[in-house]
This record gives sequence, structure tokens and C-alpha cells, in this order.
Amino acid sequence: MAMRDETRMLLESMNRLFEDKSTKQVIDRAETGVFADDLWRAVAETGVPLAALPESAGGADAEWSDLFAVLRVAGRFSAPIPLAETMLAGWVGASAGLELSDGPMTVGPVRGGDQLSVARDGNGWVLSGKASRVPYASHVAKTILIADGPDGEMAVALEGTGGAEVTLGKNIANEARDTLAFTRVRLDADAVGPLGQGVSRGALYRRGALARATMMSGALERAMDLAVGYAQERVQFGRPISKFQAVQQNLAVLAGQTAAAVAAANLGIQALGKVDAERELFLIGVAKTRVGEAATLACEIAHQVHGAIGFTKEYALQLSTRRLWSWREEFGSDPEWAARVGSYACANGADGLWEMLTAAQTAIA
Amino acid sequence: MATPMFRFDPVELPPEALKMRAEVREFIKEHEHLMGFSKSEFNRDFSRAMGKRGWIGMTWPKRYGGQERTAFERFVLIEEMLAAGAPLSAHYTGDRQSGPNILRFGTEEQKMFFCPQIAAGDLSFCIGMSEPNSGSDVAGTRTRAVKVDGGYRINGSKLWTSNAHRADYCILFCKMASDGKEETDRHAGATQFLLDLKTPGVEIRPVLNLLGEHHFNEIFLTDVFVPDNRLLGKEGNGWNQLTSELSFERSAPDRFLVLFQMLREMVRMAGPTPDKATAAALGKLIAQLATLRSMSLSIAGMLQDGYDPNNESAVVKDLGTRYEQDIPVVARQLFPTEPELEAIDTYVSMIARSTMNAPRFSIQGGTREILRGIIARGLGLR
Repeated sequence: MAMRDETRMLLESMNRLFEDKSTKQVIDRAETGVFADDLWRAVAETGVPLAALPESAGGADAEWSDLFAVLRVAGRFSAPIPLAETMLAGWVGASAGLELSDGPMTVGPVRGGDQLSVARDGNGWVLSGKASRVPYASHVAKTILIADGPDGEMAVALEGTGGAEVTLGKNIANEARDTLAFTRVRLDADAVGPLGQGVSRGALYRRGALARATMMSGALERAMDLAVGYAQERVQFGRPISKFQAVQQNLAVLAGQTAAAVAAANLGIQALGKVDAERELFLIGVAKTRVGEAATLACEIAHQVHGAIGFTKEYALQLSTRRLWSWREEFGSDPEWAARVGSYACANGADGLWEMLTAAQTAIA
Repeated sequence: MATPMFRFDPVELPPEALKMRAEVREFIKEHEHLMGFSKSEFNRDFSRAMGKRGWIGMTWPKRYGGQERTAFERFVLIEEMLAAGAPLSAHYTGDRQSGPNILRFGTEEQKMFFCPQIAAGDLSFCIGMSEPNSGSDVAGTRTRAVKVDGGYRINGSKLWTSNAHRADYCILFCKMASDGKEETDRHAGATQFLLDLKTPGVEIRPVLNLLGEHHFNEIFLTDVFVPDNRLLGKEGNGWNQLTSELSFERSAPDRFLVLFQMLREMVRMAGPTPDKATAAALGKLIAQLATLRSMSLSIAGMLQDGYDPNNESAVVKDLGTRYEQDIPVVARQLFPTEPELEAIDTYVSMIARSTMNAPRFSIQGGTREILRGIIARGLGLR
């Protein structure tokens, strides 16, 4: 499938933007806990964060596949902003007709075990429960949550973190992962709404997992680029280490894993909006599983090729590898997703395995 | 980014490929008694039946016995046949590489003579490449051809030639004798011939593999005469021709579907509601398979667009053989048993067969090290 011209132009311009604005200096500063305002504003100006929304809701009716392709670029440049989270918050919030923000937003719950509920309370609502490790929660203008309501799952919009008790946390890439606890927090009537068609906590979890898998595929491209470039510059025993077969073979494995990660993430992206929830779960599961496996192998090789320099804070490789080690665990780790993929295949039965595989991959074409 | 990235663009299967899938499944059902597990079965009747359907050389020009179908239809045909364990050996080499090689480099007479016969399932090819002292180092071939009146006289030997004892022709890779001059270019003089295996001076001896089966052979060539019209391409152009042929060989989905039936048996053993660890181990394999399929499909897309997927094919073969070698390893962890080749229990014999076959996956068609060398060259490292 040839890439459309608009998509190519979008990706080229986003690549330039992140290359200019998501520099090591900017990332280092963001990792100290200061929000990367300039980078966020530059990205927000492109309209990308809310582009998937209908024009009536301030969006551009953009294709999700294009937006996920932008997430791959963001992952390539370790962009320390809640871009995926804002896209998903817009998707959930707009489906419920809630008021959104032009600023950075986040979304939750992002973890399976969390319990959140809303109940009617006079003219408004009360929210109780917990959403743990919500990305960038302490930095955002708005938090969109999905909670159990009287008539099924409801979307909830909070200014900032609303009345939550916030416990600050972070992943090993120093991206904020804050836990929000709600004890009968009062909300206005218009802060809660029923979810739109196709939106659910399960669907959010799947898209979150796919967003991480896609960002990881970009981070892997960067790690590979750095490793291949470094091997050609670094001279030992009188020649660049890229001339040693042992190093070449490792880099070949790294390239293969990176290519597989990009292909696997694309499988999940192609599935969006084209298949039923079960099949989407299967294909996104394939993506998160395969990309996670690739990340583990690729980080090891990228560091091995770099030697000691790659283990320093000064050198950029760790910006990618620390994110890969963080993101592979978020929205479900690769072993957890592998279990879902395996369970789906087993429930479907041995004799239907081939038909299931070919049908799932055909349906998304 | 500075580093070249390998392209695996997502590909859409066109409607005719989906129609193809339904037809192939019907055909497989009709021939169910011939389907088996990873045995590389050689069955001319099955090949002829496929030939009748127009399913050998199906992308070739009609003039040469083909059907001018798309690379996607061929992809679907091959993957369905492999997943079912169809006996493809009698025509597969001709379909996958010898035929395309003849179409690219052969004379009009050669194309008209060989390709329709391959497409009918009547003519079986094998690959005369490796030698006792020339395995991965193909350019080190010692088999020599000397120009004589009306043709060439060839002396030497070939080893690891699968199906030579059952095939009709061999594409023989050798070098032109250098008349004692020092060879400066290792690829100089490399030449390919279309060798009729019934030619006097050709002697074929079996080499049993570690399963005790006869697939390999050693071919001895003593003053074998090959007429001028069976030179393939040009004298001295053999290296380029071989590179192109190997790219055809590596681009097929047979590098990750040989053990599919074993994976299916593992899913059967796991039952409909496996525990989490079992489900995760199987899910990891299935995620690898789904990804490989998608990558292989984009290679079909490159072939359809006339792009040479040399690097991408090496990537898929390297990843595919790793995945296939992992299957028996995961199987023995999940469902321990003592392997026995002739066991009545399907799983027990499959784990025996796949454990013993696993080493060859990363040797045949280019060793793992050679493939990674190709990938490294693609990255600009060599």
C-alpha cells in the first residue's frame, strides 16, 4: 500500500519539528520534572493532537493510521510530552460530548486493576476510586477518565487532576506517572457523559497499548541508527568496529528486530476501526508482544555495540533505551499481551488456527 | 536518519488473491490424504495436478506456460500449501527459482523448452551449487567447464543436492577453466548450465541425513558434455545470475511455515482454556508468525512492483528460521515427552521430526551467518 502524499508530507514535517524541538537538552530538562512547554506548543500548533476528532469538535477528521505514524516519529525523538495521551483523551472525551482543552491532556485508567466509579449526586456526580500511574497527570490541563456509572461506562472530564489526591510517580525515563485517588469527589453535571460508539475502557487499553508499541518502534529505529552510526565511527584495533564480523552480525540482528517491530506495530495500526473488538485485541496483542520482544533484544545489542559510552547520561542512546524499558511494561507488558494472543488462539481451536490468522490479517487489508 | 532502514510496507491482498485462497483450500481438501508434516514429499502426480490448475509458474508469461497471475496470488497459493503440508518438492525448485532464472537469463529456445514443462509439473529441477569444499563460499567452486566443439566439457562434483536422484535437470554452477592463469577476481569465469541429469558421466550417490532419510546427494561429473544451447545466460555472468536466483529462493514464505502443523498441535495440546504461562508461550510464537507473514507479504508486494527484495528477504529468512527453531524448544518446555520418530501419537512424532530437522533451517538457502552478512552489507557496514 503506497503511502499517501498527505501522509508523507505530514510525517516529513513532524520529523523536522521533533528533530528541531525534541533535542537532548529539552528532554534532559523535561526529565527533571519541568514540562516541555515549547515542544508541546509547537506540536499543538500543527493541530495533530486533536486531529482525529470530527471537524465539528475542532478536529480535522484525520485518519488514525496517520496519527499513529506521527507517534512513531515522536517515539523516534523520545518526545517528552503526552501526545498519545492527548489524542486518546480527545477521542474518549469527544465521544461523550465533554469539553476538551487545547492544552495537554491525559487519559485513564491505564492499568487493568484500577476501580473507578461515578454516581449521581443531586444535579451532579461523585467520583470515587483510583487511577494509578496516569501519564503526565500532574502536568496536564485536563484529565479524561472512564468510570463505571449507573448505566455502564461513562467518560469523566477533570480540570487538571480535579479533586484527586495525587501521588507523584515516574517511569525509568522520568516521565510523570501519577496516581490519582478520588474519595467522593463532586463533579458538575456536564463533566460526565456516556461513551460514544466503539469507545470503552477495553478499547482505550488496546489503543494505549498500540500507542506504546508504535512509539517503541520509533525508539527502536533511533537506537539502531545510533548503534550503526557509532560502530562506523568508533575505531579499535586500527579499524572501525563495524568492520568486525562479530559486531556486524549483532547489528544485523538489531536491524531485523527493528524491522519486525515496525511491521508488527503496523499490523495493529491497520486493524484500528476495521475489525471487531476481539480481532482488534488479537492484532494489537500481536503488535505489543512482538515489539516488546524486539525491544528487549535490541536494547541489549545497541548497548553492547556502544560499549561504555552508551551507559553514560551524556550520550543519547539511553534516552531511547530507558523509554523502551518503560514503555514495554505500560498498557500491559509483552508477556501479558502474549497470553491474550495465545488464549484467543486456543479458544478458537487448533484446527481453526490457520483460518483465524489469515482471516484476521485479511480483514485489515 | 543516516542508516538505511529496510522497507516492509503494509500490503493489501487484492480480491483475486482472496478468491485464490478459497480455491486452494478446496483443492487441499480434495487431496487431504497427501498432506503431511515437514517431509518435503516428492510427488509428481500431485505436482501435475497443480500444473493442470495452472498453479506452477503462475506469474510467468502465458507464452512460456505461465498464467500471468500476480505475486499476491502466488503468495497465497504457496502459504496455503505450506501450512497444509502439501507435497511440493517435485516442482517447487523449478517454480521458485529455476524457472524464474531461465526466464530472466535464458534464450528464447530455453524458455520455450523448459518453462512450459516446469509449469505442467513434468520437469523437476535441483540446485547444483554447493561442493565438498565450497559451501557458504560459493565462489570457491572447483567444478570446471572447458569449451569444446559444440559445447562444454565439465568435471567436478556437487554436494548436498536435494532431490538430485529424482529430478530431471540441475542448474549447475561452475567456472570456466582459466588455462592455468592466476584468478584475480573470485567471481570471474562463473557460469551456469542447464544440465540434463541423464547425461553420460553424471553419477548420483545418496547422502543420508541425520533422520536416516535420503534427500541429499553427491553428484560426480566426469567429462560431462553439455551442448552450447544449454549454457544459461553468459559465460562469466554466473555470479550475478546466482545472486538473483538466491534472492528468489529466499523471498518465499517457506522459511517460516514448515513447522506450522507443529504449532497447531501445540495449540491443540494446550486446550481451549490454557493457563497463563502456556498461553503466553504460544502467544509469543503466534505473534512472531503473524509478523513474519506480514513482512513476507510486503516482499510479495516488492516482487509485484519489480523491486529486488534481496535485503528484506535475508531479514525475513533470518527471523523465520529463528522462529522455527524455537518451536520445538517451546514445545518441549510446555508439553514434555520423549521424542520418537515413528510414534503413533502425532505430537510425539512431530517433536522428534522437528527437533532433528531444526538445524537445517539456518543452514539451507544461506547460513544464518551469510544472511546476517548480507543484512550488514545492506546497512552499509561492508
